[in-house]
Amino acid sequence: MFLRYIVVYEVDKVLELRALTKHYPNHHALKGISFSLTQGEFFSLVGPSGCGKTTTLRLIGGFEEPTSGEITLAGRPVAGLPPYRREVSTVFQNYALFPHLTVAQNVAFGLERRNGVTRSTIRNRVEQALALVQLSGKEARKPNQISGGERQRVALARSLVVEPKVLLLDEPLSALDPKLRKQMRQELKSLQRRVGIAFLFITHDQEEALSLSDRIAVMNQGSIEQIGKPRELYQEPTSRFVAEFLGEVNWVNGAGIRPEAIRVSKENPANGARSVAGVVESSTFLGNVTHLAARLPNGANCTAQLPLNGCTFELGEPVHLWWDASDELRVSA
Amino acid sequence: MKRFLALYAGAAYLFLYAPLFVLGVFSFNASKIAAWRGFTCNWYAKVFHDPALLDGTMNSLTIALVATIVSTIIGTLAGYALWKKRLPWLTNSLYLSLLTPEIVTGISLLAFFEWAFHFLHVQLGMHTVILAHISFSLAYVVIVILARLRTLDPALEEAALDLGANEWEVFRRITVPLLLPGIIAAALLCFTVSFDDYVITSLVAGVNSETLPMIIYAMARKGVSPEVNALSVMITMGLGVFILVAGRLEQRA
Ligand SMILES: Nc1ncnc2c1ncn2[C@@H]1O[C@H](COP(=O)(O)OP(=O)(O)OP(=O)(O)O)[C@@H](O)[C@H]1O
Ligand SMILES: [Mg+2]
Repeated sequence: MFLRYIVVYEVDKVLELRALTKHYPNHHALKGISFSLTQGEFFSLVGPSGCGKTTTLRLIGGFEEPTSGEITLAGRPVAGLPPYRREVSTVFQNYALFPHLTVAQNVAFGLERRNGVTRSTIRNRVEQALALVQLSGKEARKPNQISGGERQRVALARSLVVEPKVLLLDEPLSALDPKLRKQMRQELKSLQRRVGIAFLFITHDQEEALSLSDRIAVMNQGSIEQIGKPRELYQEPTSRFVAEFLGEVNWVNGAGIRPEAIRVSKENPANGARSVAGVVESSTFLGNVTHLAARLPNGANCTAQLPLNGCTFELGEPVHLWWDASDELRVSA
Repeated sequence: MKRFLALYAGAAYLFLYAPLFVLGVFSFNASKIAAWRGFTCNWYAKVFHDPALLDGTMNSLTIALVATIVSTIIGTLAGYALWKKRLPWLTNSLYLSLLTPEIVTGISLLAFFEWAFHFLHVQLGMHTVILAHISFSLAYVVIVILARLRTLDPALEEAALDLGANEWEVFRRITVPLLLPGIIAAALLCFTVSFDDYVITSLVAGVNSETLPMIIYAMARKGVSPEVNALSVMITMGLGVFILVAGRLEQRA
């Protein structure tokens, strides 16, 4: 029974990284990375530039070999396998569409490399894949004849059509303009739900990670700081780094408070909440919310995010900032 | 300032092309001496009835064609290898081959062939000329191919590998098609440098392997003849078209 449990547990992990390190001649890019993806999971890898996100993806894809550690795909180690024998597929940052091939030929490329797939099967699957990303009718265009958002969808279709165990996406939305980015974000999420393939998604946009992911791993300088569900990471970060990476934080007397947890009033609330006095330094109206910055007696700044229907404050006005003790972030370092 | 620049460019072009223009004009001159005596196309007709010239043209074309095909293939593969393996020393040493004076290249090739003939029972001839041409045009091919490769996004090859293509399929389906303009440009350049080489060819040529430049040189030494003028105009035109096409292809991204 016990053995059986282990087998099921192992197979459920579609991708697993164990103590992965990668040393370049003068740089330790990865210092022992471990995490795993379950079937159908949307997993994000976030972190600042240069922390090793792309390196991690390249190791999984087989473009580089790890210095030490192990990668298993559906329970099987992939060490030494070339990229074309690994059942993962990558959506590259600039999509890397083949410029001399049409949209349909780009999508068909992976299927044509397989033995025993008939022409008509290829045609059908390409058609389905393009319909899935809403690109029917653009089959005959070349990559330079479609828009950025469409190129991104071709790249997705091209990678999904080969039915990888895990789809690796290296900042796939970063080349799009902000508005399109938000739209594609939604499409990506619904696409992932429909195909049921595990996504390993890289981004350095925390909002993207929080809104899309089932789980997130926050990386810093070649190590993972914390792994967890978006809400968990946002509300219970274990380190100052994670707290600050995923959103704005005010540090008041050693405790971290998110701007949206802070309320502002003219009088001291005297309701048992934590509070601190300050002077309004700036107030920025952003439409749905107002950002209010106050200077505290110790010279530090504290930012509060006020709802639209709250009261307004004058510059230089003395105010009280307060919050529930339960909203404080308890970080160890 | 603009007018001055235009004038300046005009003067440079005049300096470059006035001799060719004079050559062109005199190829239509009815007289053998350098004074205008009326228009004729006879010299052009005569070129086509001169067996030595026709033989030389055939030789030159054969040599240029074989040398171009072989060095384009070898050079493309070599350029690809240099790009893949990132070998800056080997890459830079290519320029040495381009900078070596032709006479030195020619003499060294001759010395090499003579040494090799101790072991092989062959003599100088078409084959040595072809080998020599392959040798000196290789560097041109590799440099043109490398320039093209540097504009190639390495992610394209990785994407192909990622989608299940092995190295050979990647090369055939992705790399070669994307390099094609560079490969054609390299081939045209090769053909040109091979077709008009005189110094090296004359050193390594044997009997029955006289090329067109060698024949023209011999004719010109007997005095400028309008027949040579006519031939030169035709060669210049032909190679000119080649070079324009090569330049065009190289620029096309
Ligand atoms: N081939 C290499 N040789 C040496 N160092 C490298 C090499 N590739 C990456 N690095 C280094 O490893 C570190 C991690 O790089 P990586 O590309 O994984 O960062 P990243 O997290 O993807 O950053 P970004 O968000 O900017 O894409 C960087 O400091 C980088 O300079
Ligand atoms: Mg990166």
